[in-house]
Amino acid sequence: MVYVIIKELSPSADEVIIVTSSLMKDMTSKTDMYRANAIRVLCQITDGTLLTQIERYLKQAIVDKNPVVASAALVSGIHLLQTNPEIVKRWSNEVQEAVQSRAALVQFHALALLHQIRQNDRLAVNKLVSSLTRGSVRSPLAQCLLIRYTSQVIRESASNTQTGDRPFYDFLEGCLRHKAEMVIFEAARAITELNGVTSRELTPAITVLQLFLSSTKPVLRFAAVRTLNKVAMTHPIAVTNCNIDMESLISDQNRSIATLAITTLLKTGNESSVDRLMKQITTFMSDIADEFKIVVIEAIRSLCLKFPLKHRSLMNFLSNILREEGGFEYKKAIVDSIVILIRDIPEAKESGLLHLCEFIEDCEFTYLSTQILHFLGIEGPKTSDPSKYIRYIYNRVHLENATVRAGAVSTLAKFGAMVDSLKPRIFVLLRRCLFDTDDEVRDRATLYLNTLGADGTVEDMKEFLFGSLDIPLVNLERSLKNYEPSEESFDINSVPKEVKIQPLAEKKAPGKKPTGLGGPPPNPPSTIDAYEKLLSSIPEFANFGKLFKSSAPVELTEAETEYAVNVVKHIFDGHVVFQYNCTNTIPEQLLENVTVIVDASEAEEFAEVASKPLRSLPYDSPGQTFVAFEKPEGVPAVGKFSNMLRFIVKEVDPSTGEAEDDGVEDEYQLEELEVVAADYMLKVGVSNFRNAWESMGPDCERVDEYDLGPRENLAEAVNAVINLLGMQPCEGTEVVPSNSRSHTCLLSGVYIGNVKVLVRLQFGIDGPKDVAMKLAVRSEDEAVSDAIHEIVASG
Amino acid sequence: ESCPSIKNILLLDSEGNRVAVKYYSDEWPNNSVKEAFEKSLFTKTQKTNARTEAEIAMFESHIIVYKFVQDLHFFVTGAENENELILVTVLQGFFDAVGLLLRGTVDKKEALENLDLILLCLDEIVDGGIILETDANVIAGKVASHSIDAAAPLSEQTISQALATAREHLSRSLLK
Repeated sequence: MVYVIIKELSPSADEVIIVTSSLMKDMTSKTDMYRANAIRVLCQITDGTLLTQIERYLKQAIVDKNPVVASAALVSGIHLLQTNPEIVKRWSNEVQEAVQSRAALVQFHALALLHQIRQNDRLAVNKLVSSLTRGSVRSPLAQCLLIRYTSQVIRESASNTQTGDRPFYDFLEGCLRHKAEMVIFEAARAITELNGVTSRELTPAITVLQLFLSSTKPVLRFAAVRTLNKVAMTHPIAVTNCNIDMESLISDQNRSIATLAITTLLKTGNESSVDRLMKQITTFMSDIADEFKIVVIEAIRSLCLKFPLKHRSLMNFLSNILREEGGFEYKKAIVDSIVILIRDIPEAKESGLLHLCEFIEDCEFTYLSTQILHFLGIEGPKTSDPSKYIRYIYNRVHLENATVRAGAVSTLAKFGAMVDSLKPRIFVLLRRCLFDTDDEVRDRATLYLNTLGADGTVEDMKEFLFGSLDIPLVNLERSLKNYEPSEESFDINSVPKEVKIQPLAEKKAPGKKPTGLGGPPPNPPSTIDAYEKLLSSIPEFANFGKLFKSSAPVELTEAETEYAVNVVKHIFDGHVVFQYNCTNTIPEQLLENVTVIVDASEAEEFAEVASKPLRSLPYDSPGQTFVAFEKPEGVPAVGKFSNMLRFIVKEVDPSTGEAEDDGVEDEYQLEELEVVAADYMLKVGVSNFRNAWESMGPDCERVDEYDLGPRENLAEAVNAVINLLGMQPCEGTEVVPSNSRSHTCLLSGVYIGNVKVLVRLQFGIDGPKDVAMKLAVRSEDEAVSDAIHEIVASG
Repeated sequence: ESCPSIKNILLLDSEGNRVAVKYYSDEWPNNSVKEAFEKSLFTKTQKTNARTEAEIAMFESHIIVYKFVQDLHFFVTGAENENELILVTVLQGFFDAVGLLLRGTVDKKEALENLDLILLCLDEIVDGGIILETDANVIAGKVASHSIDAAAPLSEQTISQALATAREHLSRSLLK
């Protein structure tokens, strides 16, 4: 008993020397029980050093005559393998001997341990398995282990299935006739789980499982049904023989067994049996719990998709059970199934929609009602006689709660928008909704009446009312939060459309310095918002207006230099701000008054207006300094800037961390930095390029052809142009299939001044790698289209 | 991965309270999680009849085999893809061994009075998730030899054994 307590407490070896030494004495005692238990306990509380001391005893114990002692040592070995594998691997000789032991369970444990030791050596496992399959294995547990290892070997010994039977298949088949049920079952399961198993190989396994189906023991029935269920997913025909037995299982006491039987039958059923099955299932459904019901619903759904001709009876079945009692998840599953059937089986659409309409007359779950109404709005107008559904929808407006009423109003409006003939009647109905008690309902009704009643292109209006919002809601929320009430109204186009995956913590702290190793400074975690906050917090830059774009950081120093600097270019309407992120990698230095001297002689259009120095730059703590330039408004000026880092350097005593009082002025040359046309372009994608292209109209279209000269390959040319323009490729057109001679690339972006631009590039590669390109630009402003061509022409 | 492993063995009473349990897996990190598991498992299996044959169920992606006798509920839990028949063998071994140790009267009172035997029994069946023994006779034998040390004087035996020995002495002297 003491042993059990010590194991529970599990102290570490160095704490309990007394305990361990007395346990070690026990290990060599005469009483076998003490030896066995002492071994188990010691192995649980031991560590590496203690283990080496007792290793000798353990090795002796493994080959001890007493099976209890041997088992104890072996099982402890299995546990120790997790923590001290090298030590345990030294015992493989003794373990090998133990595998030959006559005691049943010793063989089992030895086999387990040996396999774990030799797990990574395929050849060794192979040898082990071959020797044992020919030899005799005494305990059923060991036999099960052997079956598992055999299947592992079969799996790993590639696919030699052309050459007749697999290796060891005969062994597995032989095990099907073993005395112990667990072995039979394990073998049957192993056979069914073989890769690419053929029907011929499956047959004996399935026969055995079929016998289990009619056993008196629930466990056997359950095991068999579960395995057959898995097989039915891949080889339904092989399982059809068992259908009769399974049908009797539908009324089994154990509901898990019954559910598994039903779902298997649903998978293996053929068209003729579907009707019969449905009858049986109807009585069955009332007996089982919700969670089982959902499983059955999903099986029925796949059945219906398999046999679309039977949709009528299956649809009736689904609508019947929809009417009965049930929880939310259950009804949701049924509604989802009906929706999927309607979508995939066109003939089922009418009846399906009607069933759903009847359901919402009576549905207690608001969520489901609104979902169904929305779905009706999409599918209803496309049917042959949409007016049928109007009555159901309109009834919702009178009878339900506010959420459902609002949904119903939207649906009515959709019908009106899509089906012209119904418009006048819809208007009458919508006018009645204007008197509703709820705000949302009245608002929606008014909106729809006004927009639908007004003249305006039908397409636009539909797009406005019912089009999907391309913008991820997260971004919209963020932009709305940042928007401060001012003269300018909120511009929805400014909301970034890409979902930037940012760790939440980083967004909150644009000024905080992230720690990092010396080296290229980690970028101050950035989204446009973080930069905006940062820049607007600096008074000199606060009145530059709205930040149009911030570029990605550009390195201005090579790696492994004393001071690592990168720059981010912030583009405003009439200004450009360079944010230099600096890191000092020298522990013995403290930099103060850090500024960047920028030589803009090669950038005539820019004039420096402000700079913000960095007060102090200690070791390993990145900081920012800023230089702002004015540029002509609205003009995408370009230019080159050379940079020099200027600072006062003070020596730091590394032991105290204090700096001297005097410092020396110093300078450090950085690389040049360029402002290019692509900096004025925001990468903004569109989801449907064609629509956007058509709607932009050809008034501001410019088309021209260019010869790009010899290039490595088409992909390289495409990438070069994309980078030059700085626009977002749409619909995956940046990927050029290899070996293609021509490619069309679609780009979209927003140019400075908030002008939407769409570009269609057609590339062709001539004989000796000469690439020719046709560029078609559409935008809202001619000047911009011209500008784009300029960029390409000069790039 | 291939070695059959047991996740826990539970012995609950007819209201779902613990009599003796042993967990071998980290899936239930603290006591409240364990008790919640036991309670919900009990509720789910309460209504079934597992007295003649062992029953089986899937619960929270585990396989549970269980058997009831008098006012005690025995459960053995394994992984989803475990061989159910192996689990049942362990269950049967535990069940029969307890029957042997409690000398035929398997109910809650006897179990609580002989809790040490039950705990030793659990210890001898599974070690850290690996099956040690499934034969009820062998298990009971090991437990018995644990608790009653043949040569130990009376003071070293546990109270129950002392009482048992005393009872035997008494009955022998009465019969003389």
